[in-house]
Amino acid sequence: MSAEPWSAQESIGEGGTPMVVAEGVHKRFGRLEVLRGIDLQVARREVVCIIGPSGSGKSTFLRCINHLEKINAGRLWVDGDLVGYREYGGRLHELREKEVCAERAQIGMVFQNFNLFPHMTVVENVIEAPVRVKKLHKDEAVALAKQLLDRTGMAEKANVYPKQLSGGQQQRVAIARALAMQPKLMLFDEPTSALDPELVGEVLGVMRDLAESGMTMIVVTHEMGFAREVGDSLMFMDDGLVVESGAPREVLANPSHDRTRAFLSKVL
Amino acid sequence: MTAPRAGETQGQTGGSSAQTTAPSTGHAEEIKAVPVRHPGRWVAAVVVLVVFAMLVHSLATNSRFEWDIVGQYFLSSRVLKGLWYTILLTVVSMAIGIVLGVILAVMRLSQNPLLSGASWIYIWFFRGTPVLVQLLVWFNLAFLYPHVSIGVPFGPSFASANANALITPFLAAILGLGLNEGAYMAEIVRAGILSVEFGQSEAAQALGMTRGVTLRRIVLPQAMRVIIPPTGNETISMLKTSSLASVITVTELLYAVQLIYSVNFKTIPLLITASIWYLIVTSLLTIGQYYIERHFARGSARELPLTPRQRIWRYLSTFHSTPPAPAVPPAGGGGR
Repeated sequence: MSAEPWSAQESIGEGGTPMVVAEGVHKRFGRLEVLRGIDLQVARREVVCIIGPSGSGKSTFLRCINHLEKINAGRLWVDGDLVGYREYGGRLHELREKEVCAERAQIGMVFQNFNLFPHMTVVENVIEAPVRVKKLHKDEAVALAKQLLDRTGMAEKANVYPKQLSGGQQQRVAIARALAMQPKLMLFDEPTSALDPELVGEVLGVMRDLAESGMTMIVVTHEMGFAREVGDSLMFMDDGLVVESGAPREVLANPSHDRTRAFLSKVL
Repeated sequence: MTAPRAGETQGQTGGSSAQTTAPSTGHAEEIKAVPVRHPGRWVAAVVVLVVFAMLVHSLATNSRFEWDIVGQYFLSSRVLKGLWYTILLTVVSMAIGIVLGVILAVMRLSQNPLLSGASWIYIWFFRGTPVLVQLLVWFNLAFLYPHVSIGVPFGPSFASANANALITPFLAAILGLGLNEGAYMAEIVRAGILSVEFGQSEAAQALGMTRGVTLRRIVLPQAMRVIIPPTGNETISMLKTSSLASVITVTELLYAVQLIYSVNFKTIPLLITASIWYLIVTSLLTIGQYYIERHFARGSARELPLTPRQRIWRYLSTFHSTPPAPAVPPAGGGGR
């Protein structure tokens, strides 16, 4: 095991291919079109922040990347593999459940509402997936969990239940839980939106640390400060489309679209 | 609570409240208000006491209760054997019911319309007909299928048996009670599964867990908190419903005492004997339920409720250490 458990994946694979590629991704819920053709490329070690008003499809797009939602049109690749499908003989074939799970196991996800397992202690939350999915030996998983909880500043709380933690602490455990699968990509779905203002900083601190260690990250957020300082690129979505994207400072300082300008004037 | 505790009158001396964490400013004087009087409660208490006294008096003096007969048969081998069969019927039928209930609930929630439909029809049928009828049908299965055989559907059979010999009264009772219970447990388990927030399965799937592992490790353990109380109810109900097996000649507790009083005509004393046993087993089940609930409550509250033993210890320790710390919250609030 390497010294830094969460930077283990960065050297794997050819450095050239992007980590995530989206081409014309469409998603419908019934007759409601939530995504209307999203294109995106995320390079290795890149941190992409997605901003936009609620209902713009940010979270849905994030959930498509690990196949929690099936896309209706377009293509999505993570690390060169098509998400949820296999293409041969000119047709797409759905992956079996086991194969979908294997794809998801390499993508970490952090939710707005933390979604820690309330019937398990902090350390049990962290080792659950490594033991059940990766079939890691329990002692190894605990050792890994200890390291990750140490990095997220939660080592002291290893044996308490999530209910006994503050929101910020719960989210830091949730990040450690996702990292325990040693993912090559981390998805954050508004990780600080459910937190008291004074607890936001501790979670953003962990995420900044993670970004600096070289993790590829896609972050749906309303924290413009984080997007500006930590993000390598920024994407503004509205009504199922990417309105504009580019370097965060550029987009935040000189938005080129009226829609972006109108949104930023309300949140900044 | 109305009466102030013994030690609290001494509370004014500053040193005794040393265990409070609040800063002890001069203004923080403990409130000692005159409690509200409840004259209605005294009237109600007198009425209840009189009724209770009448009841006890009647139980003690009415010789037709024949308590000596109750005592004579209470531990007799025939009654105990009946009790054993009652417990066996309850345990086996509930086990079948719970396993079947989980399977049916998962089927019912399945995406597959064939599975959910089959589950729906099962529940519709077994909840829609009386248990007594179901027991009688199983008991009389031989009229319908004189021979039961295992083999290829519509093809040759490998083994065959006489249904009358195969379906003993006890087996008929277990089938009747267990399959019926499955339908009720299915709805209880389904309610439990639906009570678990969807974000839980989503988080589990995002970590790469299959749906089976998610159900077993994440959803069902949390559903247990909702499933346990009605299941305790069902178990207690089953204990008593099992007496229906007396009509298909299973010598469980009721039929055992019926056999005795059909000979000696001591009907009421023997029914009392059976009732006391039912009450004892029900009480034991209630205690068991308390501890199972406590087990599955872990993580759901900041503190687990105290067990009765812990409560007694707590009570004794506060009793000895006078004056009691004023910071102790009202009953059951504390914890280890």
